[in-house]
Amino acid sequence: MDFALTPEQEMLRKSVREFAEAEIKPKVQNMDETGKVPMDILEKMAKLGFMGVMVPREYGGLGMGHIARTIMLEEIGRVSAAMANTLQITHLGISPIVTDGTEEQKKKWLPLLARGEKLSTFAVTESTGGSDVMGIQTTAKLQGDEYVISGRKCFITNSHLAGVLGIVAKTGEGTKGLTAFVVQSDFPGFRPGREENKFGLRGCNTGELVLENCKVPKENVIGKEGDGLRIALSAISNVGRPGITCAALGIVRSCLEEAVRYSKQRVLYGKPISELQGVQWNLTDIYMDYEASRLLTYYSAWLRDKGERCDAENAMAKFWAAEAAVRCAKKTIDVFGAYGCMRELAPQRLLRDAELLIAGAGTSDIMRLVMARKALTLA
Amino acid sequence: MSPVKSIVCVKPVPDPRHWSELALDPVTKTLRREGIPSVLNPLDKHALEEALRIKERFGGIVTAISMAPLTATDSLREAIAIGADDAVLLSDRSFAGADTLATSYALAAAIKKLGEFDLILCGNQSLDGGTGQVGPEIAEFLGVPHVTYARKIQILERGIVRVERALEYGYMVIEGRMPLVLSVVKEINVPRYVSLMRISEAMQAEVRVWTSRDLDIDSSRIGLSGSPTQVADLFLPVMERRGEMLSGAPDTASKLLVQRLRELGVL
Repeated sequence: MDFALTPEQEMLRKSVREFAEAEIKPKVQNMDETGKVPMDILEKMAKLGFMGVMVPREYGGLGMGHIARTIMLEEIGRVSAAMANTLQITHLGISPIVTDGTEEQKKKWLPLLARGEKLSTFAVTESTGGSDVMGIQTTAKLQGDEYVISGRKCFITNSHLAGVLGIVAKTGEGTKGLTAFVVQSDFPGFRPGREENKFGLRGCNTGELVLENCKVPKENVIGKEGDGLRIALSAISNVGRPGITCAALGIVRSCLEEAVRYSKQRVLYGKPISELQGVQWNLTDIYMDYEASRLLTYYSAWLRDKGERCDAENAMAKFWAAEAAVRCAKKTIDVFGAYGCMRELAPQRLLRDAELLIAGAGTSDIMRLVMARKALTLA
Repeated sequence: MSPVKSIVCVKPVPDPRHWSELALDPVTKTLRREGIPSVLNPLDKHALEEALRIKERFGGIVTAISMAPLTATDSLREAIAIGADDAVLLSDRSFAGADTLATSYALAAAIKKLGEFDLILCGNQSLDGGTGQVGPEIAEFLGVPHVTYARKIQILERGIVRVERALEYGYMVIEGRMPLVLSVVKEINVPRYVSLMRISEAMQAEVRVWTSRDLDIDSSRIGLSGSPTQVADLFLPVMERRGEMLSGAPDTASKLLVQRLRELGVL
């Protein structure tokens, strides 16, 4: 069992870290205060190939796998969970085309998505159901050569940025009653709706999508009519959920570094507080949470790279990393004391960012349901 | 305009973010670099960027070269991932302990072996050595002109290069004919990041490793024995403030002050 990164993976990690520290870090405070998405950073990431990390090379992507994506997202998440989530959702939007697209669809969409010319997202959640996917009410009716789609999606990341979106809508009843479509933001009848004002992951755009008799060519169906539930659950389990996991892992890493660095500088009772055992217990708890989260995250990525179905492992990594992020952010605030509550310093932002990750891509409660299905087969 | 063949000299240096972990070995008078990660010398990245921009405009080839321990293969692969076409590493125990003269001698020999070139680009100085000598010394060994502190480079017709050379206040414009050596300063450009698209390629690229036996050199002129300058001492200077109170009426005290300043060699 070799736990080491390959030299190629190590170069990837180092390069992304360098980019994140030089380009993203200076903008983090402004993103948090204004909630605005720094489009210039997205453009730079696009030019470097970040959006196309898992798009096959023949379609203009990097052709890398899940471990490479994990490294990329962890390094970005370490600096900004908001930016990591923005990026990872573009991967989520792209993935159904890679897994279920026809050759024509792949040739049409993948090169421009891999280059980040257009950003992407995947919209399932509605006010009537997110955890309950079958509760969605957006309809798609076939009329001649087009589907007419009407409904509203909510809590969609990149709602106002995406040019090419995956939308899941009802074409029938029951588990074969959902269909996934590629919708372009310039289709008549499509528009972004309200933009949410979140208390965390600020600088990552989250909002509504409104479809009012939006006409979508039938060539834009991903897979076949009725494949929507399978496509959605698979994309979320293998791409969207792990993306949140990596953002959370980045937060835990950041907590560790912030807490250790601060405790070595802060002098009380004549010595750095890092020498106080009580503070050390906080640091070691964060350290353990980091290593445990990291192992679960990379293990599930390894399984996905092997092509194995691993919904339980994906869920476990997400549950653990997101809950750890909240836990460790609170402990980091505790190490900082009152300073931890000040908006200029990182810890309070880490806690606010982490909390958003609990609900994203499947709440912790839903993760337990997914894990239970596997747990029940273990004896 | 014909394609430009550039050679970029690069050097791995200890990562400045880890400088607090560097230890001075009091016996050998060197820095203990083990365990400290290396980065490409920042100004070398500017040199590489300039070479790549010239290649994008005129075509040609960019070769990265370094004289360093074998671990520098990683830095050279990074140069390829940034955009260099290929890389050469001079690595051999006999190169060790070289000062700038011995280093430049070896690099110049390697460059001669690479064949004809139009431009050699270097960072003006390294983060760890900071001498700024290697670029000009390479030029002298190769018998070509050099310009240092280059803050802007333009390639004109008929192989003429126009360089803006930074001074303390302002700059001077120098024109020279290729082949020549240019040492660049950070104002020249904003270096690009490693292209993730090139990482696989860079990891699989062949980095040619040459030892002293692969070069046409006089072995007494490389390494420690080829170094006319030796490090006499390496220490952390202690900064102290000393205060002296001078008393008396203003005209007496001011005469005393001038006298003290003269004694201290300030005036």
